[in-house]
Amino acid sequence: MTVLEETAPATAAAASLSGVTKRFGSGPNVLEDVTLDVAPGEFLCLLGASGCGKSTLLSLLAGLDAPTAGTIEIPGGRPALMFQEPALFPWLTASQNIELALRLRGAKSKKARQERAAELLDLVRLRDAGAKRVHELSGGMRQRVAMARALAQDSHVLLMDEPFAALDAITRDVLHEELVRLRLSQQLTVVFVTHNVREAVRLGDRVALLSSRPGRVVKEYDVNIGQPRRIESPEVAALSVAITEDLRSEIRRHGGQS
Amino acid sequence: MSLLDSRNGGSGNGDDLARLEAGLDALDTHAATRQSRLRKAWSATWPPLVALVLLVGVWQLVYLSGVKEPYQLPSPGDVWSALREFASSGDLATAVFNSLRRGALGFAASLAIGTPLGLLIARVRPVRRAIGPLISGLQSLPSVAWVPAMILWFGLSDAAIYGVILLGAVPSIANGMVSGIDQIPPLYDRVGRVLGARGLTAARFVLLPAAMPGYVGGLRQGWAFSWRSLMAAELIAYSPELGLGLGQLLDRGRQLSDISMVFAGIFTILVVGIAVELCVFAPIERRVLRRRGLLATA
Repeated sequence: MTVLEETAPATAAAASLSGVTKRFGSGPNVLEDVTLDVAPGEFLCLLGASGCGKSTLLSLLAGLDAPTAGTIEIPGGRPALMFQEPALFPWLTASQNIELALRLRGAKSKKARQERAAELLDLVRLRDAGAKRVHELSGGMRQRVAMARALAQDSHVLLMDEPFAALDAITRDVLHEELVRLRLSQQLTVVFVTHNVREAVRLGDRVALLSSRPGRVVKEYDVNIGQPRRIESPEVAALSVAITEDLRSEIRRHGGQS
Repeated sequence: MSLLDSRNGGSGNGDDLARLEAGLDALDTHAATRQSRLRKAWSATWPPLVALVLLVGVWQLVYLSGVKEPYQLPSPGDVWSALREFASSGDLATAVFNSLRRGALGFAASLAIGTPLGLLIARVRPVRRAIGPLISGLQSLPSVAWVPAMILWFGLSDAAIYGVILLGAVPSIANGMVSGIDQIPPLYDRVGRVLGARGLTAARFVLLPAAMPGYVGGLRQGWAFSWRSLMAAELIAYSPELGLGLGQLLDRGRQLSDISMVFAGIFTILVVGIAVELCVFAPIERRVLRRRGLLATA
């Protein structure tokens, strides 16, 4: 594995931020001069402590908010976004949640929507859960339906805001594997926000470490460990130790002396 | 070998992951326990039946004890025969029909006005500031207070009665809508936007369905207010042109100083109100809540 101090400029990035700064009202900068390119098919993990503006960054990428300065380009159109909570609509079944996503991006025929929803449920291995209500599904199943719903948006860029943080360790581990599988089979570009170093190394092709208050990219790491990786493997652990060290010294800067 | 190791062995990786997931799903979901219909119906019926029997029993005892003169407190049997008399003369059916028709029409009109009004108050800030407190305040104003004004405006007519119903029910329905919308988790709005829902599309697919639990509660309360307002109006606005309603039936008993008739009127009003609640609003509310997993199925 190597540690890069600078990003190699990607050709025709799937998503690119240049000089992005964000503040709310007259407050301090939440994000400051963030420049990042995400290559098509890349899995980028954004890592940082509280207050690094990870979620703000994703909101900007998702187009839910506009940057104060700088530009964001996503040539493939509006990206899909998954939240920490599955955020499925409880008045709909699992399948109807996915069908709604299809409908909102313009799929006219009801039959086609139902068929596509069934395919997507099959993809996340929930073939038989389509008629279930949200409250009848476990946390992991809900997050998989949310994943299927995100895939229904047919966007090549998938943004994920700590999507597995609320799950138990076993379920999280299984969903990591599921995500790696889907990402390869669906050729997704993923921007994954987390505060969990091991998770970032387990999943990412590249990890970007953000500083806190304001959020800035302080360091990037290439993760040259082949998939399938395991979160408990020595390679993952070794890189995690190095990144954690950097993350800690970043956090220490906020403790008084700088 | 641990659970997590098992998936990395050999070429069957995908199958292993699938089986692992299926196992987790099975462990994490609980089959709902089902009760037989008959049993459910019985467990829902016997407590109110027992309560009713006890109530009638106590009433009979009080009657027999003679604390009140019989012209002030009738026996259950007296009231029963008054009811049968009403029924056989056809007055009961006419009165119930007339009152229900008015109640339903008035409620429908209140629905048509209260729903968009609630949406406006909930979503347009100046409107909320301007009339939100007024609408909440109107809920605590007894609608019987409007009866004299309505009679002066519209005379002793159906219009006066509908006016009273509207003033009673519209605030409840509008407030139900407002609280329904206020209780929507902000995340739903963001999800809607991520999925591409804007404006009216967002209202139709996200806002309105998400507001349903609060809204249905408002409808229920709106019906109670409609019914109450209607009875107040019918009781006061007494005129031959209006036809016979339950309120008028009650008032007739007062004029004749026939306490059994008065009690029969009160019970009919109560029973019709409860019946509409049980047959119309309770099932709708249960359905809305059950779909969302907000109702214990015990």
